[in-house]
Amino acid sequence: MISIPHERFERVLADPALQQAIYAATGRLMEKRREAVAPEALPDYQELRSQARRIKEHTLENLDYYLEQFEAEVHARGGRVVWCRDGDEVVDFLTKLAREKNARLIVKSKSMTTEEIHLNQQLEQRELEPVETDLGEYILQLAGERPYHIVAPALHKTRYDVADIFSRRLGVEREEIPERQTRIARATLREKFLAADIGLTGANFLVADSGAVVLVENEGNARLTTTAPRIHVAVAGIEKLIPRAQDLAVFLKLLGRSATGQPLTVYTSVLAGPRREGELDGPEEFYVVLLDNGRTRLLADREKRESLFCIRCGACLNHCPVYRKIGGHNYPWVYSGPIGAILTPQYFGAGHEPWLPFASSLCGACGEVCPVKIDIPKMLLLLRREIGRSLAREGKGRWERWAFRVWAWLMTRPKLYEFAGVAASALAPEGSEGWLTGLPPVLRRGPLAAWLSQRDLPLPPGRSFRQLWRVRSRVKRV
Amino acid sequence: MSRDHILHKVRTALGRSAGQPAAEPPPVRLCGPQSDLEARIERFLNAVAGLNGKTYRARSCEEVRDYAARLVDGRPAVASCTPVLTACGIHGLPGVRYQFSTRDEFQTACAQAAVGITGADYALADTGTVVLLASHQEPRMISLLPPVHLAVVPKERILSGLDELFTLLPRPSELTSSLVLVTGPSRTADIEQILVRGVHGPGEIHVVVL
Repeated sequence: MISIPHERFERVLADPALQQAIYAATGRLMEKRREAVAPEALPDYQELRSQARRIKEHTLENLDYYLEQFEAEVHARGGRVVWCRDGDEVVDFLTKLAREKNARLIVKSKSMTTEEIHLNQQLEQRELEPVETDLGEYILQLAGERPYHIVAPALHKTRYDVADIFSRRLGVEREEIPERQTRIARATLREKFLAADIGLTGANFLVADSGAVVLVENEGNARLTTTAPRIHVAVAGIEKLIPRAQDLAVFLKLLGRSATGQPLTVYTSVLAGPRREGELDGPEEFYVVLLDNGRTRLLADREKRESLFCIRCGACLNHCPVYRKIGGHNYPWVYSGPIGAILTPQYFGAGHEPWLPFASSLCGACGEVCPVKIDIPKMLLLLRREIGRSLAREGKGRWERWAFRVWAWLMTRPKLYEFAGVAASALAPEGSEGWLTGLPPVLRRGPLAAWLSQRDLPLPPGRSFRQLWRVRSRVKRV
Repeated sequence: MSRDHILHKVRTALGRSAGQPAAEPPPVRLCGPQSDLEARIERFLNAVAGLNGKTYRARSCEEVRDYAARLVDGRPAVASCTPVLTACGIHGLPGVRYQFSTRDEFQTACAQAAVGITGADYALADTGTVVLLASHQEPRMISLLPPVHLAVVPKERILSGLDELFTLLPRPSELTSSLVLVTGPSRTADIEQILVRGVHGPGEIHVVVL
């Protein structure tokens, strides 16, 4: 039996302000996405999804080819590709680079991949000063927290929280108006941009035929990060490749719409190599770090390989009834929501936080809104099967298997099943609400107790579906 | 070392061998109805206005210059050296700088400017996007550091959308180290989902179509 760690979620569930914040923010993002992909706004949305999926599938199936092509194109444009097996290798590379170039201050634009390897903490330990420049990420860096959401990292912070954080960490007057708070961040970070030696970014896409890094953003911080400092380093997972610049037409139409409902985000940069002859600005050096960090392990699993299609739009988080209740920090890794629930067990092994794939109602919303058509519900089921099997090998989960066997036996015997339904109706107490919560405490244990902590089992209806069906079809015939 | 290690793991995972060519990729998907120029201009201006950008349709170079003069209003400004700005006489306006000998000088000018003036290599009607290809004539910081960005778009450069752009530029990186699509003013909604413009880039964008 996999037990879901309900006690961890209690704080979030009992905080009405936070519940409201999560609901409002994800609700808005859902609404905007819905408008942006509606047939009037984007008639070929479904064809674009299919094409995006086909491209991702093809790229991953031929990934070694595209990685080498990408590398050759980057080199041809005067950039350098650095291959890293894990976070430690990235830290080593950056530390050496900073030492060689006599650099200390590193401006950073939002990157989930660098969150994944805890890059900031690692760099700080090596006497470097990484500064997040996306407003949400900057707030979180000052607060010492990790992102709450893939695209809205500080979703859980109110303006009053931000006022506290800014006045405490920046020594500025307490300011509670978001517009003024943004001005404070702009002024503080502008100095950092102009003083930094290294600009560190992630990558939304890597284009194989162009040797290009593509960055998608709204604030302009990624543009500043890649324009002002002498050196640009992009850190990207090897799954970020797409074959051709022309494929961007498909992915760019999907990414902004799925993430925030924008047909295009404010800035999209396609960057290839350092600045060229005669250019006044732009970086003098250009590095792309290609990171494995467990991705090749996922690649080997044919059934679940599609987990690597993810373009990090966050739509599955916004639409997930579980994420919307428990929030982002209750997921054990930087990737939260449905995509986190399928990525985490694959990166760390199914035994690590085995509850994740089970904390889902399998409603299917995540798969339906995924712009690259990752069948997340199917991935969840595959992971459940794996976890179930490994428990069986350890001789655990006997009760559950026995219960499901009884259930299957009952379901395949319609007469008996119907009788069970009638019997349940007959046994249920007349008109009483809370019929199971009224059970003596000795019976309210384990999973039943967890269920009853939030709600009761609905009373069985007076007449079953089958009975109603019979009555209605009789009426029709007449 | 790590390179070979990673490539080896990728190939093992996929059952491929070194040097094996890629299978045929799915055909490129670029379509997009062509509309006539006037319709595109109108759609573009509407889209920019929808993003809270200011728009103006100039009938002559003089009108462009007058618009820029009013906007700059003698304050410090930086302009790129792209031909359309030269043709419109932007460089002769008071306060406008356009020639720099060093990168530092240029960066300082951009950081202190009230307005940055650029051309546009292309524009996308569907989304109200200004497309900028960095070059010796069109550096990156002019559309980025000043709080106000003015883009002068020659009307024949207005395309329908992304499909047409990538049909014309199948491999943009052969032409430029930086292709940037600018769609409206810099914005954030990171604090309580409240929209704030002008976070790191310009909070105000003006688009003049000539």
